Amino acid sequence: MAMDAAEIETLIRTGIPGATVEITDLAGDGDHYAARVVSESFRGLPRVRQHQAVYAALGGRMGGALHALQLTTAVPE
Amino acid sequence: MTEDANARIDEIVKGNEIVLFMKGSPLFPQCGFSSRAVAILQHLGAEFESVDVLQDQAIRQGIKAYSDWPTIPQLYVHGEFVGGSDIMMEMYESGELAELLQKDGAQAN
Repeated sequence: MAMDAAEIETLIRTGIPGATVEITDLAGDGDHYAARVVSESFRGLPRVRQHQAVYAALGGRMGGALHALQLTTAVPE
Repeated sequence: MTEDANARIDEIVKGNEIVLFMKGSPLFPQCGFSSRAVAILQHLGAEFESVDVLQDQAIRQGIKAYSDWPTIPQLYVHGEFVGGSDIMMEMYESGELAELLQKDGAQAN
């Protein structure tokens, strides 16, 4: 049920055009990742909405194929 | 989501000042993310209600639809969805979470 980092990155970039995405494989097991997503589209949105945008880009995989994704979102400085 | 589960979740969320939906109990969390959420709340000295979603499949599925949030844990303060463990950690680090919880009568250490 694991996903690789490139697949996660592609899904997020496709769902949130122009986003900067950094994926870190935390445990080296292809199942525990951290993602940092920076997008201008997050500006003015509460954090919950920012994270929901990323989860939407992942299209339902979060909590399923992708169990552990530590997510950080930000707007460009 | 069944209407029954939705109604029960709504009652829990609205009936508790601070409630954490988690896997396991605060004493025995069954997932690292739930464990982290409990640790943050305890560190802030917050008194909170917890719901072990592993004990109730209807709530486990229903809570995801309730706030359109795919993962557990989920923190609610005064009936409002605050976020999961990553958002809790960010808000803890920025001091926002302590502020939010203090407004709700909890004591910060």
